[in-house]
This record gives sequence, structure tokens and C-alpha cells, in this order.
Amino acid sequence: MILVQNLHKTFGRQAVLRGLTLEVATAEIMVIIGRSGGGKSVLLRHLIGLLRPDSGAIAVDGIDITRLRRSALDAIRARFGVVFQGGALFDSMSVFDNVAFPLREKSRLGAAEIRQQVDEKLAQVGLDGMADKNPAEISGGMRKRVAIARALVTQPEVVFFDEPTTGLDPILVNTIHHLIVELHQKFRFTAVMVSHEIPEIFRIADRVAMLHDGVIIESGAPDAVQTSRNPIVQQFIHGDIEGATPKTGSSAGAQA
Amino acid sequence: MTEPAETSSWPPPLYLVAAGGRRALDVVQALGRFGRFLGEATAYILIPPFKFDRLLERIQFIGFRSLTIVILTGAFTGMVLGLQVFLTLSRVGSEAFLGPAVALSLIRELGPVLCAVFVTGLAGSALTAEIGIMRITEQIDALTVMALNPRRYLITPALVAGVITFPLMTSIFDVVGIFGGYLVGVGLMGLSPGTYFGQMQTFVGWSDLTMGFWKALSFGIIVPWVCTYKGFHCGHGAEGVARATTQAVVLASVLILVWDYFLGSILP
Repeated sequence: MILVQNLHKTFGRQAVLRGLTLEVATAEIMVIIGRSGGGKSVLLRHLIGLLRPDSGAIAVDGIDITRLRRSALDAIRARFGVVFQGGALFDSMSVFDNVAFPLREKSRLGAAEIRQQVDEKLAQVGLDGMADKNPAEISGGMRKRVAIARALVTQPEVVFFDEPTTGLDPILVNTIHHLIVELHQKFRFTAVMVSHEIPEIFRIADRVAMLHDGVIIESGAPDAVQTSRNPIVQQFIHGDIEGATPKTGSSAGAQA
Repeated sequence: MTEPAETSSWPPPLYLVAAGGRRALDVVQALGRFGRFLGEATAYILIPPFKFDRLLERIQFIGFRSLTIVILTGAFTGMVLGLQVFLTLSRVGSEAFLGPAVALSLIRELGPVLCAVFVTGLAGSALTAEIGIMRITEQIDALTVMALNPRRYLITPALVAGVITFPLMTSIFDVVGIFGGYLVGVGLMGLSPGTYFGQMQTFVGWSDLTMGFWKALSFGIIVPWVCTYKGFHCGHGAEGVARATTQAVVLASVLILVWDYFLGSILP
């Protein structure tokens, strides 16, 4: 589905991605883990076409999106849904209008059909009755769920989640993870998720990849990654202060 | 571009030339980006689909919300002009020219310039802050990944709204200002209404009106252009938005005055 090959990206003199290679299979949940500032979000922004690499390729179903013009890239993006870290909800619109927005702008559906689809999506994420609220009037967890509903309303083939549970309490973290798995089982989209939530992500991922110093140092099934002999992976999973990486960690992506 | 690390080891004269060249290239690139931003936003007026609902919303945002301040400042500008010009003209016994003096000052210069500066402070700053916040909260990225061009959605309607609303607001400013001058000249200083308006009809010509119109129209491009550009390219966090907003108001105000002088010197 998605094949990232030898991706390089440098900001100023700071190399954030240094020949990163990664493969995401169709309909799997791939979780990318790694230390803060390690370049995970930079990688995600490359995958959704918001950044262009210095070199390397990102193939989506065999099409290298790093070389596409805007119109061709938009055609690929129409198959994507993205849940941004902070939700990126339009604060001038209600919850309903936020979820309806992609349908109003990109589809030819009538008002009644859009209402039906939006109500259905809001119900699926457990937000029925919240349609008229403003994003500022709802909690952080609800905002994440609205963002998920908006990302899924166009029935995308690939959904990207950028730290979808950051800043939430443990119960909400599990609620959001459970929701993602439930929706994934129902709609069978390919999910690429950037997350810090250890060990919770090992319960939801089909495969886990660890990004460190601009490259993927470990990738595989959750069990395989958890039992990896790589000391950097073990230090990250167990949250050890002392270990193979310095306390300050990688600052590769700090600028980005 | 040459890396600074390489040039820093050069002898001082060469290093200074390289640093100057680098600075010049940065300025040219920034101007290029600024111009391209306007070019792209303008092109989307002609390339469908055009966002009419966004245009109406922007007209309300820039125009209708600025109406109170435009009327208020227009009235007091006219009153101040009426008072000061009357006192000056009365020294030489030419009070009869109060009407034309107030009208010409407002229509040719003060109306377009002051109206544009006040609208920059009110709506322009809000435009920069709104787009800047959308940038730092990833709302612009969300538009992009939804395959919606943010320039088409955010910038083009603001530009068109500026072109429509600035001439209208300037004409309101002018009319209110002329009546402000009337209030002082006729109501307080005892000039006859016929003299105030009669002399105005004699001295204010079509070219004065067109000059005011062209100025207002061009300010209607400059203000949304600068304000949306600064918001669209703002830095990180609240500080980035605050800095962008300040820069937008300062740059737009300076450009208004520079362009006013330029147009004033080439138009009849």
C-alpha cells in the first residue's frame, strides 16, 4: 500500500530523516513509535504530502507522491483521512459543520444525505447530540473523536493518526484506541499512527516500527518489537532513564 | 546557496561580499514569494470553483464589521477639517471655500488613506490573527490534506472582498466626513449651506473622484494581501501570531502611505 524508500530530509543543518525505509501493508494498523523530537511527525507530514523530501520516494499503490504536481497529489489525498495531533477542527464551525465540511466541499451529495452521513459518523464515535456544539465547548477527548469522525466521513482508504491520544487521561486513551480498532474492523482502512502510548499501542497495532535518529531501527509484529534485543528499543519501551540513548534523546525533529 | 560554514573561513572582504549577496538573495526570494502569493490568489478568481459563500462572509468580516469605526472616524475627520480649515480661511476672508477644501482633502487623500489605515487596524489585524491561528493549529494543513487549496479558500475571497469593500467604505467615509465639515462650518461657524455645497460642486471634478476611487481600490488589494500573507506565513505559537499581526499592520500602513504618494504623483 505505502512504501517509503530511503527518505532523507534536512532542515537547515539538522538531518531529521536519514534514509528512512518503511512499508505499510493494506488494511493493517501500523504504529510508529519513537522519542519526542525524533522525526515521527516529520515522517507523517511527508506521507500526507505536506512536506517534500530532499531525496527518496514514497509510493502509494506504486505512485511516487513526492514527485506529483499539486492536482495529482490532491487526487491521492482524496483517498486519505488525517487526524491531527490537536484535532485541527475549524473553530468557526460547529461540530456538525466540521464533520460535514469534506462532504460539502468534495462530494456531490445533497444536504439530506450529508446530514444522514454526518449523524451516522457522530453516532459511531459516540457524539450523538453534540452536533450543534462549537469545538471550544467540548472536551479534549470529544474534540479527538470529532476529528476522527471528520477523517472517516469520506470513507478514506488510508487514515493517518498523529498522536491521537496525547494529553488525554488513561481511560480516554483506551477509549480512543478502542474506537480506532472498532472503526478499523468495520471499515478496513489502512491506519498509520504516530504514538507514544507504551504499552497500549502494542494491543492495537498489527505492526510497530520504531524511529530513531532518522531511520527505522526495528519493525515487526508487536510481540517481536517488545522482545527486541535492540537496547534502544528496550530503553524506550521501558522508559529507562539510563541506557543506550542520552537522557535528552534525539533532537532530530525538534525543529520541525 | 553557499553554506555559511564555508564562507566564514574566507578572508574578510570576500566574506562580507558573500554575506551581502546572501542577504540580497533572501530579500529577492521573499519579494518573489510575496508576489507569487498575490498572483496565485488572483488566479483562483478566474479558475472555478469560486467560493461565493466565503466571499460574502469575508465582505461581512472586512466591510460590515468596520462600518461603525469608518463612520465614527469619518465624521470626526470631517469635523476637525471643517474647524481648522474654516479658521485658516477666515484669516484671509475666504470662508466660502470651506466646502471644496474639506471635500477635496477627503476625496483625494484623507478618505482613502485614513479609511484604509483604520480598516487595517481593525479587520486587517483580525485577518492576520485568524489565519495565523489556523496555521499554528494545523487547520490550514487540514484544508490541504482534504485536497482543498487553502489559498483558494482563505486568501482569494479576502482579496475580492477587499476590492469590493474598500471603495464602498471610503465613499461612506468621504460622505460622512463632508457632512462632519458641514456640521462645523454651517452649524457652528455660521456659513450658509448653499455656499458650502455650491462651491463644492464647482471645484470638485471627476478626476478627484477617480483618484480617490483608484486609491481605495488599490488599498483594497494591498491590505488583504499583506495581512493574509503574514498570517499564512506566521511563525510558531502565540508569539509567532502576535509578531505576524504587528508586522502586517505596520507593513500594510507603510505600503498604504507609499502607494498613496506614488498614485498621487502619477494620477492627474
